[in-house]
Amino acid sequence: MSAAFHRLWRTLGDRLLQVTGLAATVAALLVLALLLVDVFADGLGRVSWQFLTSFPSRRAASAGLFPALMGSLYVITLTAILAVPVGVGAAVYLQEYGSQGRLARLLEINIANLAGVPSIVYGLLGLGLFVRALGFGRSVLAGSATLALLVLPVVILATREALRTVPQEVREGAYALGATRWQTIWTLVLPMAFPGILTGVILALSRAIGETAPLITIGALTYVPFAPDGIMSPFTVLPIQIFNWVSRPQADFRVNAAAGIVVLLCLLVTMNGVAAWLRDRYQSRGGTT
Amino acid sequence: MPWKPTRRTLLFMKNVRRTAPALGISILVVFVAGLAVTGCGSPDTSSGGPSEVIAIDGSSTVFPITEAVAEDFQLGNQEARVTVGVSGTGGGFAKFCRGETDLSNASRPIRESEIELCAANGIDFLELPVAYDGIAVVVHPGNDWVDTMTVEELKRIWEPGAQGKMLRWSQVRTGWPDRELHLFGPGADSGTFDYFTEAIVGTEDASRGDFTSSEDDNVLVQGVASDELALGFFGYAYYETNQDRLKIVAVDDGDESNGEGAIAASPVAVRDGTYQPLSRPIFIYVSVAALERPEVDAFVEFYLTQAAPLVREVGYVPLSEPEYELVRTRKNAGTAGTMFGPGASQSDTSLVDALQRSTSGTP
Amino acid sequence: MTRRRFESGVELCLRFCAGLSVLVTGGIFLVLLMGTLAFFRDVSPIDFLFGTSWTPLFFNKQFGVLPLVAGTFLVSLIAMVVALPAGLATAIYLSEYAPRAARRTVKPILEILAGVPTVVYGYFALMFVTPALQQILPNLAGFNALSPGIVIGIMILPLVSSLSEDAIHSVPTALREAAYALGATRMQATLRVVLPAALSGISAAAILAVSRAIGETMIVTIAAGQQPRLTMNPMVPIETMTAYIVQVSLGDAPAGTLEYNTLFAVGMLLFANTFVLNVISNVLRERFKARYA
Repeated sequence: MSAAFHRLWRTLGDRLLQVTGLAATVAALLVLALLLVDVFADGLGRVSWQFLTSFPSRRAASAGLFPALMGSLYVITLTAILAVPVGVGAAVYLQEYGSQGRLARLLEINIANLAGVPSIVYGLLGLGLFVRALGFGRSVLAGSATLALLVLPVVILATREALRTVPQEVREGAYALGATRWQTIWTLVLPMAFPGILTGVILALSRAIGETAPLITIGALTYVPFAPDGIMSPFTVLPIQIFNWVSRPQADFRVNAAAGIVVLLCLLVTMNGVAAWLRDRYQSRGGTT
Repeated sequence: MPWKPTRRTLLFMKNVRRTAPALGISILVVFVAGLAVTGCGSPDTSSGGPSEVIAIDGSSTVFPITEAVAEDFQLGNQEARVTVGVSGTGGGFAKFCRGETDLSNASRPIRESEIELCAANGIDFLELPVAYDGIAVVVHPGNDWVDTMTVEELKRIWEPGAQGKMLRWSQVRTGWPDRELHLFGPGADSGTFDYFTEAIVGTEDASRGDFTSSEDDNVLVQGVASDELALGFFGYAYYETNQDRLKIVAVDDGDESNGEGAIAASPVAVRDGTYQPLSRPIFIYVSVAALERPEVDAFVEFYLTQAAPLVREVGYVPLSEPEYELVRTRKNAGTAGTMFGPGASQSDTSLVDALQRSTSGTP
Repeated sequence: MTRRRFESGVELCLRFCAGLSVLVTGGIFLVLLMGTLAFFRDVSPIDFLFGTSWTPLFFNKQFGVLPLVAGTFLVSLIAMVVALPAGLATAIYLSEYAPRAARRTVKPILEILAGVPTVVYGYFALMFVTPALQQILPNLAGFNALSPGIVIGIMILPLVSSLSEDAIHSVPTALREAAYALGATRMQATLRVVLPAALSGISAAAILAVSRAIGETMIVTIAAGQQPRLTMNPMVPIETMTAYIVQVSLGDAPAGTLEYNTLFAVGMLLFANTFVLNVISNVLRERFKARYA
C-alpha cells in the first residue's frame, strides 16, 4: 500500500475514534435532556400548591402528593437519625482506632461488598428482620431501619474519606499536648471533617429518598390518604406514589406521575445542590499550608 | 516545637463552628415543622386526636369502590384514617383472618379453609355484598379477528393442560391468524382469578401458569392495551374506565335460556342475568370485633348507604335498593358467617334468595 | 468515671458500630439462608436451579427458576450492549481527546444520569421508549425486554464511563509516550497500548455494571412485564428475578408458606450472583492497582 494511503488511514482512524467518542458522549447527554424534557413537559403544568397538599384520589384531577411527601420526609429524617451515628462511629473506629490489621481489612472488604448489594435484597432483609422477627410491622420504623442499613455503607465510606483529609499533624500535635485519642477526635478531627461528612450524608440520603424497591418489599402501602403520625404508622413515600400512578392506565394519572417525578427531582436537586455548595465552601485542604 | 494552629486552620474551624449550629437548627426546624403538620393531620382539620387506622385489604376488583367510599368518607370525617391495600382476595383474607385488617375486599365468597383460619384466630366476620360485577374479556382495539368467543374456547385457552401448548390464536379457532397468543390475567391471589377458573374451567384455581399475571388490574389493562396479540380478563370497572384503549369480547355460554348468542359484559347484561357465566356479586367482609369501634361502624354504614351512586360511578352494577336494605339489616343484626356454604357456588346462588334466607334466620 | 475507663468505653461503642456492618452482612445472609432452606425442604435444589417452568403460585406448581434467570440475563445483556461500548467510547473521549474544560463540565452532568431515581427511568421506559420503539418495530409488545434493557444501559453508562476513565487515567504516561515516540497516532496509542494496559480495570468496571444491571428492580417491574418465560426474544413480556420479588411483595405471602419462601430462594440466587460478580470486580481492581500504583 502506498505511503499516502497509510497516512490517510491513520489520520482517518484517529478522527474516527474521536468522533465516536464525542458522539457517544453527546448521545448520553441528549438522552438525559430528552428524559428531563419529557418529564417536565408532561408534569410541570400539574405541579401546584393544590397538588402538593391534596390526598390521593380516584379522580386524577384532585389527587395529590401530601401523604407521600410527608412520608418521604418522615422516613428520611428517621433514616438519618438511625444511620448517621452508627455510620460515623464505624468510620471513626476504622480510620482512627484500627486502620491496620486483618480485622480492619475484613471490615473494609465487607463494607465495600455491602455497597454493591441490590436494594431489593435489603428489602428482603427488612421484611424478614424488622417486619416479621422484630414485629415492627409495616411502619415508618421498619422502612427507616431498612433504608438506614442500605445507606450505611455509603455513610461509612464518605466519612472515612472526610477523616482521611484531616492531616496527621493535627492529631499528632494534639497527642503531643497530652490529649487522649477520643479528645482529639471529638474536639479536632471531627469538626474538621464535618463538611465532608455532611456532604456524604446528604448524598446518601438523596439516594435513599429515591428508593422504591426495598420499601415495597417491606410493605409500604399505595393507598394511604393521611400523613404518618408516628413511627409505627403506616406510610407511603414519593417514589411509591409515583409508581402507583404510573401503573394506572388513565392518561390523567400519567400526568400526575410526571408531576410527582418533577417534585422528586426538585427535591433531589436541592439536596445535591446543598451538598455541592458545602463541598465548595469548605474546599480548604484542611490545615497547614 | 509545640503545635500551633495556623491562621487558616483557625479560620476554617471558626467557619465550621459557625455553620454547624445553624445547619443543625434548620434541620431541626424542618423536622419539627413536618411533625407539626403531620401531627395535625390534613391541612384544614378539626380538633380531636387522630383515630385509629381502619385497615382494609384484598381484591383489586373491589378496590375502586372501597377507595371511592374511603375518599368520600374522609372528606366528611377529617380524623378518619383509612388505608386500602391490593393484595388480592386470597391475600386479603389471609391478613383478615390473622386479625391484621378490619375489612377485607373480596370478589368471591370466603372459602372453607379461610373460614377455618378465621375461626382458629377467633375472628368472626360479617359477609356483605356490595355490588355486581361482570368479568370483562378484552382484546386490543386493533384485533380485528375476535368479536365473540365461546366458554368452551376460553376453557381450552386457560385450563392447566394448555400450559406450554396453547400458544397461538389459530389453535383456538380455525380461521384465526397463526400468531402468538399473549395472555393477561389476575394472579393466583385474586378472587377474579378464582371465580373465572371456576366458571370457565370448572374447578376453582385450575389454570395454566404461563401468562402475565398480576394482582393489579391496571397492569393487565396496560398490557392488553399495548399489545395487539393480547387477550385478558378483569373486573368490568377496569374496562369501563379504559374503553378507548380496549375492545370487549362477547361471550357465548351456549345456554339459550339466559340470553341468546354471545353477550358482551355491560351493566344491563349483568343486571338482568344474561351475561353468564361471568357475572357475580362482590363483597366486603367486616370483622365483628372491628365493628365495635365507632369509626369502623360509621364507615361500614356509610359504605352501605352511599354504595349505589359510587358503584355506578366506578363502573360496576349496584344492587337494587331492596337488596341494599337486606344487606343493611344483615349488618345491623350482626349475622355472622357466610351465605355460601359448602356446595353452594357463587354463580349458582341467587343473591336475593341468599340474603332473605339469612336475614330470616334460616341457615 | 476515670478518663481511661471513659476512653475504653468509647472505643467499645465505636467498635460495636463497625461490627454492625458485619452484622448486616450476616443478617442478609442469615435471612436469605433460612428462607432458602425452608424452601428446599419442599422443592429439590435440582428442580429449582435447572427447571424450565416457573409457576409457583398456580395450580400446576413448577419451581424451575431458569425463566426468571433468563429474563434477568436478557435484560442485562441488552443493557451491557448499550452501556459498554458507549461508556468506553465516552471514557476514551473524555480522557484522551476532550479539552479540560469540557471534561470538567461533562463529567458531573453524566453523574446526574446515575443519580436519577430508578422509578423515573421506569416511567421513561414505559411512556417514551416503548412507544418510540413500537414505531420502528411494530411487533413489539407493550411489555418487553428491549425497552427496559436500553434504559438500564443508559443508567449504568456513567458507572462504566467513570470507572473506565479512572482505569485509563491510571495507565502511566510513560507507556503512552513510548507509543507516540514510535510514531503512533492517538488512536493507535489508545487502542493498541492504553486499552490493553487498562484491561483489568475496564473489566472490573464492566463486571460491576453487570452486577448493577442484574440487581435493578423498578425499571423492569414497570416496563418488562410479569410473565416468566424461557426466551431470548427481547420483544415479548418476560419477568426478571427482581420483578418476581416485587410481584409477590405486592400480593400477600403469609410467613412460612411456600410462596413466602420463594421470595427468599430467588433473593438468595440474586444475592449470590451479585456478590460473586462484585468480588471478582474487586479482585480485578486490586490487581490493576497493584500493577500501576
